[in-house]
Amino acid sequence: MRHALSIEPTPTTLSRAAAPAGAEPAPYLKITDLWKAYGDFVALRDISLSIARGEFICFLGPSGCGKTTLLRAIAGLDLQTQGTILQDGRNISTLPASSRDYGIVFQSYALFPNLTIEQNIAFGLENTGRSKEGVKARVDELLAMVGLSAHGKKYPAQLSGGQQQRIALARAIAISPGLLLLDEPLSALDAKVRVHLRHEIKALQRQLGVTTIMVTHDQEEALAMADRIVVMNHGVIEQVGSPTEIYRHPETLFVADFIGETNQFPAKVIADGEVEIGHSAFRCSTEDFSAGHAATAVVRPVDIIPHGADAHAVNAVDRPATPQNLIDAEVREMEFLGMFWRTRLAAPRLGERTLVADFSVNAVRRLSIQTGGVIQVEIPRERLLLYPRSA
Amino acid sequence: MNMVLEAPHLPLTGKRLRQESSRDDRIKLGFMAVIGLYLIIALGAPLFVMLSKSLSTYRFDLAAFEFQVSDETGANWGPVLSAEALNRELRAVTDGELSTNSDGRLAATKFFPEFSFRSPVHYRIRGTTDDAAFLVGSTLEKGTEWRDYDSGTFRRVVLRPARSLGVENFATYFSTPALAQSIYNSVLMASISTIFTVAIAFALAYGLTRSCMPLKGLFRGILTIPILVPSLLPGIALVYLFGNQGVFKDWLMGYSIYGPIGIVIGSIFFTLPHAFLIILTALSVADARHYEAAASLKASKWRTFKTVTVPGARFGLVSAAFVVFTLVITDFGLPKVIGGQYGMLAVDIYKQVIGQQNFEMGAVVSVILLVPAILAFVVDRRMQKRQVALLSARAVPYAPKPNARMDAICFSFACLVSLFILGMIAMCQIAAVVKFWPYDLTLTTKNFAFDLMDGGGWAAYGNSIRLALLTALFGSLVVFAGAYMVEKADGFRVGRGIFHFLAMMPMAVPGMVLGLAYIFFFNNPANPLNAIYGTMTILVVSTVTHFYTVAHLTALTALKQMDPEFESVAASLKQPFHRLFFRVTVPVCLPAILNIAIYLFVNAMTTVSAVVFLYSTDTKLASVAVLNMDDAGDIAPAAAMGMMIFYTNVAAKLIHAAIARSLLARTQAWR
Repeated sequence: MRHALSIEPTPTTLSRAAAPAGAEPAPYLKITDLWKAYGDFVALRDISLSIARGEFICFLGPSGCGKTTLLRAIAGLDLQTQGTILQDGRNISTLPASSRDYGIVFQSYALFPNLTIEQNIAFGLENTGRSKEGVKARVDELLAMVGLSAHGKKYPAQLSGGQQQRIALARAIAISPGLLLLDEPLSALDAKVRVHLRHEIKALQRQLGVTTIMVTHDQEEALAMADRIVVMNHGVIEQVGSPTEIYRHPETLFVADFIGETNQFPAKVIADGEVEIGHSAFRCSTEDFSAGHAATAVVRPVDIIPHGADAHAVNAVDRPATPQNLIDAEVREMEFLGMFWRTRLAAPRLGERTLVADFSVNAVRRLSIQTGGVIQVEIPRERLLLYPRSA
Repeated sequence: MNMVLEAPHLPLTGKRLRQESSRDDRIKLGFMAVIGLYLIIALGAPLFVMLSKSLSTYRFDLAAFEFQVSDETGANWGPVLSAEALNRELRAVTDGELSTNSDGRLAATKFFPEFSFRSPVHYRIRGTTDDAAFLVGSTLEKGTEWRDYDSGTFRRVVLRPARSLGVENFATYFSTPALAQSIYNSVLMASISTIFTVAIAFALAYGLTRSCMPLKGLFRGILTIPILVPSLLPGIALVYLFGNQGVFKDWLMGYSIYGPIGIVIGSIFFTLPHAFLIILTALSVADARHYEAAASLKASKWRTFKTVTVPGARFGLVSAAFVVFTLVITDFGLPKVIGGQYGMLAVDIYKQVIGQQNFEMGAVVSVILLVPAILAFVVDRRMQKRQVALLSARAVPYAPKPNARMDAICFSFACLVSLFILGMIAMCQIAAVVKFWPYDLTLTTKNFAFDLMDGGGWAAYGNSIRLALLTALFGSLVVFAGAYMVEKADGFRVGRGIFHFLAMMPMAVPGMVLGLAYIFFFNNPANPLNAIYGTMTILVVSTVTHFYTVAHLTALTALKQMDPEFESVAASLKQPFHRLFFRVTVPVCLPAILNIAIYLFVNAMTTVSAVVFLYSTDTKLASVAVLNMDDAGDIAPAAAMGMMIFYTNVAAKLIHAAIARSLLARTQAWR
């Protein structure tokens, strides 16, 4: 058995680099130049991706981005139009689903309604040369693992959604697959159950060390669970990276916008390290841009630093930005969201658009920020990101 | 938007990938091929043969035959004479006589008035084309070779007609006044019956869904009774009630029950359950919020009825109307019993085929009968689709509030209709057990001594049970397996599409048409399946096919309710599909499978239309016996046999309910 229940050391030291270099061990799953077309519609466009053994990968993207199609291609449920898939060195590109090595969990649980919980879990174990006792022992072990030992004789309809999804998970890992595929496993559940199960799945995955791919449209879920996230849109991979990389250094405007929240401003590069937004010049990295280039400048609400009310600024809200990217802004609206305050700021230097900034409860109290007041805020230069202006 | 960017820039250097087929895929493909082949043999091919038959005309082509006659020594031959030239001289055969059917035979001696079979003269015959055919006794000869016969043999030479394709049969049909009149009659009867049936069914369904009348369950049960009896039975009941010796004959004020009146009343009886169930379903999906909105806008009762109730049920009403229209226009049993001299299309087929052995004309009537049936079918399918779209997930079920006057009206009407239905059944029951209605009302069992009459006797009843059981068994198997392939087999998209189309077709094919098509297809000696002609097998095949569509849709609905990912899960667990099929799919769908079985059973017991062309002396059926005994004037035994069918179906329904309950308790514990 490849994945015994004894806790193997998980390969947590795996490289988290976006692109595994040739020096690393061969990837467990390697997808090369994969296309999927439905008639004229291209659902997946030239996808290449490597996944290391034991990794937890999330395919993240809005609905219709192709993430489920990619998962189903890996599972052999929807054959790709072109492209190869290698699993553990074996070319599985055109193998039927039943000849591949994976367990799968669906959003709908897909538990057999007329079989008991035990029979559901045992479904994949019977007919495999195991003794009755062996099957029974394995079922008990799995039930214990998902914490539902007391429910073995019940039918799926008698369990809650979260419990059913745990059974589906137990059924999928019963045959000790080399790859675990999770197709939006938490989407049908209540918010609280979802957060709870998220931890359980992650812990179980770590314990088993099974390479796992989860499809989700929930960025929070992906950030919390994945070793690496594959962000997809319109059938292409936008970015692959660890949760922090994806969040801190989004490579495209789509990724920046899809993960977390953004303020976006039209901008123009005026010199190396300097852009013009609205009526002011701001410092930021302009690596891929030359002077005169139009761009979209992005800053996250949480990255904006409040510098307190400036007594002199009250009547001078349109002073040019300082070299520290400090600007004056009037607080138009404040919304208390529990953990922080969301404010809408009017900053004439940025043009017409309002700037959304999230300030901690502490900062608001310390700096006595209030609606109608004028404050000075900093847009840190390393947090001001530039992207090519979309057509 | 620049659409060029959206075009797939597939580097189509290599060919598209193809999935390696698993063992499961190959088994599924095999299954689908088998069931697809079944539908083609049992439906597609016979219908095609029938269509080509309706377009086939047969005519003796006299120019295609040449003769020579010898002198008395048999050695010296006279001039070559074509049959055409001889006929021009002799006028032995008129032009009208040259048109014939596929069985037409024309004696060669007709062209030789001085022919004597004792004469030493020899005759020679040959065709001028390769297709010219003639029979010597029963041996078929063809071709342009001269063939010699002595006069004794020449006596047995008959010419065979040449077949050509064309619409002449249709022209002949429409120029025969009596036949063309049946189109008008059939449409008229179907229209009148449709108006009455749909109105009555709507009133009943309205009462059951919108009022608080008592005994709703009982009425629902009574209203489905007509499904359990052959459509002949209301005809027989009407004969007893209003016929020449009928007790209520005077009620008709001199009009005869034999003809339009009988057909309409009988049609209402046997189509009512169908219309009722469709409209009931349409009315049950009413959204209470619409009624609340109407009430809050202070709409009157009548206005609410007009603007909420009727529009909500309009698809159901149209659907019901088409179903009733098709049922009446394609029904054969009822007009046969009570129609008298009033010609109807379906009876025409029977008369043309059974009475006059004119198969081509039977095929023509069949094709004509297909038109309204297909039309109704297409409209019905479209309506069903729109009906589904009408349902909203958020609809709030409507709960009627008590209203003494309204409830009383609905209740009385339901009582009246129930009285009509029960009265007809009771009449047949009484007729079956009394000596001589209405003069000698002593009880007797002599009407059940079927073996003493023509029609098939008790053996026919046994055959019917056998047919119904076999149909239920094989039908459920074939239908469910077929529906499973359509719904759950991935891949083979084209094959599944064709398969589904074939499965939907039987609903558009009237039973008579199917039966006739079977004769054409299976009774052809060249068909290797000819062996099943005249056996129980062909009856089972035709009955399964005839009722395939409704059963298929039932199975499909049940399968659609199952999670589409079950198959994916089983594949990921490396379990063969048949394990999933038997452990999960079948048990979960068991209620639907049982419903299919009882549906097929009940219909196999009552059907007449398809099987009336296909039964043989060994496979006479109870429903056909009702027809034949009635035809022979044994009306009381016919009623008795009809009641036997009724008892059997009631028993079957009860057994079905019991089996369903006990099976469900065991296999559906999860519900």
